[in-house]
Amino acid sequence: MLKRILYIGLIVIFINCKGEQKITLNATDTFKSNGVEIPVYDFESFKPLLTINDGKTRVINFWATWCKPCVAELPYFELINSRYSDDEVEVILVSLDLPKQVESKLIPFVKKQKIESKVILLDDPDANTWIPKVNKNWSGSIPATIICKGGTVNFYERSFTYNELEKELKKIL
Amino acid sequence: MKTLKILVGVAFIIAISAFAIDKVSNSKTEVGYSIGDIATDFKLKNIDNTDISLADYKDAKGFIVIFTCNHCPYSVAYEDRIIALDKKFKTKGYPVIAINPNNPQAYPDDSFDNMIIRAKDKGFTFPYLFDDGQKIYPQYGATKTPHVYVLEKTDKGNIVRYIGAIDNNYKDTSSVTKKYVEDAIHALLKGEKVPLEITKAIGCSIKA
Repeated sequence: MLKRILYIGLIVIFINCKGEQKITLNATDTFKSNGVEIPVYDFESFKPLLTINDGKTRVINFWATWCKPCVAELPYFELINSRYSDDEVEVILVSLDLPKQVESKLIPFVKKQKIESKVILLDDPDANTWIPKVNKNWSGSIPATIICKGGTVNFYERSFTYNELEKELKKIL
Repeated sequence: MKTLKILVGVAFIIAISAFAIDKVSNSKTEVGYSIGDIATDFKLKNIDNTDISLADYKDAKGFIVIFTCNHCPYSVAYEDRIIALDKKFKTKGYPVIAINPNNPQAYPDDSFDNMIIRAKDKGFTFPYLFDDGQKIYPQYGATKTPHVYVLEKTDKGNIVRYIGAIDNNYKDTSSVTKKYVEDAIHALLKGEKVPLEITKAIGCSIKA
């Protein structure tokens, strides 16, 4: 039985290990079923994630269950997530699945593939407004990845192998 | 000493040529049309097994070329709106020409046979062409489905006037506040400049 719970103003708190800075992201909604929770953000509520300055490196991957090259490279992001400490690197998998397919496709996928990284849903249909705010050169095709730390934001509209991904990560660590 | 000089010289040449190669490969990734470019015509197989070219449309004033496919949820979300665009603008001289750019080996849902089935189920009113061998979409620079190119027919050829999304809400037609493609064609029909020439949207990557 799938259950969808609406938490208006659910607060996800990102606190770095030293507690230097607190950033709160307010999810607009949360999908919850089968023991998997997927918070939902529009771009306004998602945006602070790109500029958090807490010393941690974030690997933010835009993907969807229907995107084959995205699914193919997910294991590499999972590997980064498991190999680097949570204090050092946070991997966030930003799903662009349709909201109506979260319970039928995304949650079963996350469950079946035993995804350990944080999975969130970006649900903002006015893509022409927010895509250029992620990166002005992004055409909107996925997979796309951001590796950021402090004010440094590196953007990649491409697929990765593990070695390529780790190489880019090490540039910014 | 002389040998050293030659070695340094050779190393310098290698370094320069490596840089040059890098430059060439960089520019190669940026192919595709910009606004104002002349779009290539093509001869692609339609779902009724006839070959279709833009040149076949003698009376057209232009075209709404849409790279789309069966498997992509974003394309599926727009199917009814693509049919509506065709119905609305075909009679005004701007028919929809849909092209499936995907490699069916990567996406079996996008095979020619499945295109025929999908078009019949949805009652497509426009040609649904198969980019066999994936030769046309890279020339246009399409990266995802759906990806729209509005072309204006002129004496010089079919000029690219708009590139991007159909409107500003893939999810919900009733929440759309900007109809990019319609606005572009209305402007062209009036002989005016397209108000917003390039828009961005999430779509399903064509490269698999």
